[in-house]
Amino acid sequence: MTTTSKSSRLDPEPMPRRDFLGLAAMWAMGASAAFALLGILRLPRAAVLPAPSKKFKVALPESLADGEPFVPPGRSVALFKDKDGVYAVSTICTHLGCIVKQSADGFACPCHGSEFHKDGTVKKGPAPTALPWLAVTKDGGSFVVDESKVVDPGTRLT
Amino acid sequence: MSDASGATSGVTAMGRFLANLREIPKTFRESLVRGGAPTTDRTRSSFVFGNVFLHLHAVRTHRWSLRWSTTAGLGIMSVAAFLITLITGVLLMFYYKPYPDAAYVSIKDLHFVVPTGRFIRNIHRWAANVMVVAVLLHMARVFFTGAYRKPREFNWLVGMGLLAITLGLSFTGYLLPWDQLAYWAITIGANIAQSPREVTDALKITEYFDPGGLQRLLLLGSSDVGEEALIRFFLLHVMILPLALVALLGVHMWRVRKDGGIARPDDADARLGPPPADTYPVFTEAPQKTYQIAAIVKGKTPAVGKGPENTVPSMPHLFYAEMGVFMLTVLICTALALVSDAPLKELANPNVPENPAKAPWYFLGLQELVAYSAFMGGIGIPSIVLLGLGLIPYLDREKEGTGLWFGGPGGVPLVLLSTVYGFGTAFALEAFAIRFGWIREWWPDVPQLVITAINPGTVLTALYAGFSIWAVKRWGSTRAGALALFTCFLCGFILLTVVGQHFRGPNWVFYWSPSEWPGH
Repeated sequence: MTTTSKSSRLDPEPMPRRDFLGLAAMWAMGASAAFALLGILRLPRAAVLPAPSKKFKVALPESLADGEPFVPPGRSVALFKDKDGVYAVSTICTHLGCIVKQSADGFACPCHGSEFHKDGTVKKGPAPTALPWLAVTKDGGSFVVDESKVVDPGTRLT
Repeated sequence: MSDASGATSGVTAMGRFLANLREIPKTFRESLVRGGAPTTDRTRSSFVFGNVFLHLHAVRTHRWSLRWSTTAGLGIMSVAAFLITLITGVLLMFYYKPYPDAAYVSIKDLHFVVPTGRFIRNIHRWAANVMVVAVLLHMARVFFTGAYRKPREFNWLVGMGLLAITLGLSFTGYLLPWDQLAYWAITIGANIAQSPREVTDALKITEYFDPGGLQRLLLLGSSDVGEEALIRFFLLHVMILPLALVALLGVHMWRVRKDGGIARPDDADARLGPPPADTYPVFTEAPQKTYQIAAIVKGKTPAVGKGPENTVPSMPHLFYAEMGVFMLTVLICTALALVSDAPLKELANPNVPENPAKAPWYFLGLQELVAYSAFMGGIGIPSIVLLGLGLIPYLDREKEGTGLWFGGPGGVPLVLLSTVYGFGTAFALEAFAIRFGWIREWWPDVPQLVITAINPGTVLTALYAGFSIWAVKRWGSTRAGALALFTCFLCGFILLTVVGQHFRGPNWVFYWSPSEWPGH
């Protein structure tokens, strides 16, 4: 109440120096705290991610029939061979990361019931996108799958 | 020292030394409890305010707060369960090793080798469950008695923070045994954190703006669930979250006192009747002046214009009641620990998911929603619910019915109606989705954003919101709307949890009973 009567009575005063310095000190402290917090938040985000190599080498069994998935032991990738060539489809469900299992005509996820066709496209369930196709290259008689490299569906190694 | 020698002149220094030595038990006790034995109202008061832990409570407690039906002791039960997990958790840390595989082996050691190890782990696990139940029921109690209203709005928010930390503690603890259950729960949890990608992918902006990927990365510390993730969850479980919980808990309990104790109706004194004959009142006559400790306490003191206070000393009345609740909680946890072992499945296997992979029971309602849309079930709807809960005390500024169960416009009939509506709509939607499927099964090419926006979870949320708006109009009261909404969400939570717990089997398919599950 006193401030309103004061301002109506007098010309607007410049901010007293003490108030200004006090406010400036407060803002400077706030800014440095925010800056420090940003620096602290950088720490938990690793620059190099500790993870095993995403590339692996695999030989397809001779008996593998056309259009039958082959899942190398310990890997979450299904390799297919047909008349057009060889391709690899990830078996990590695009919903919440469970490993899909081979079903009668494609893949089914045990966690939340997503189902996929053999080419990775979604048949039913909550999965938002198709299973990605992964890059396959040839290395002598075997194939190298790079799980970190997604290719367009339909890309085969001929 | 020199003064003391004057009073005891004629006694040798050695004699005084021996006398002091003999009196050590007495003098130590006096130095510990400064006010002396709590035998009078004055010493009972100093017993409370002279103790750093007890002084979170007021010196005197209103008789309304001590009625069993006011609080059911749920807040204290939550604290008691937390203290039990704290003590047993520290004991478990003697043997636990936060490293993949070694973690699993150390839990096995605890289970089979360490003396009382299995018992302590069981108590830890059961106390964690009791804590979740008690916290949820405590929240429901505060809501239904309208105790979130002014001046307790902020404490309601603190309580929500405590609820979130409680769930966080449970979830991070779930990972630590590094068994199949743990590994797949954490995989799913981390991917829920990543699920904003469901939206950013559909909008094709993930490359530039990827909050989901960042959340997952910060949680796991790696692109996979591995040792980095385990260390992070261990750190959260034993350090960051407990510290945050203790700090917030202190604020929460202190504010209960500062906000005027447990909420009670204005006519609480009349409802209680005259105090027992042996109760000594604080004020024998009603003070008629407005006392104010200027510049320290805002507003009128609560005693203005009121008759003799209907309070009793907190020591012993309140503290004995709290001790009773504490002992009951210990009894419940140890009894359950004797009957049922904490689960430990096979060692985590990153190539074969547990089937079905179920989260702890209190997350199964969310898992049920997640099975329709990862983003909406895991992040969207929980955020809407948390936001709605947080806004309740700021939207409901009414006074009617504070401190009474189901108080306010609508009252018990509205709560019953909401229960029927809440269960009914959730049941109908679940039955429909289980029987007929959802959009993707009918039109496989429909864009993901449509499913994210329209799925059983969001439809249910919209139905509840619509019902709440109807209640606001019907009773002309925001409290009625809040009652309707809270009751509905509580019922929906219960129904979805039961469905997730009992009626979902391998591949998250509906089964009437686990006995019908196909062998695998």
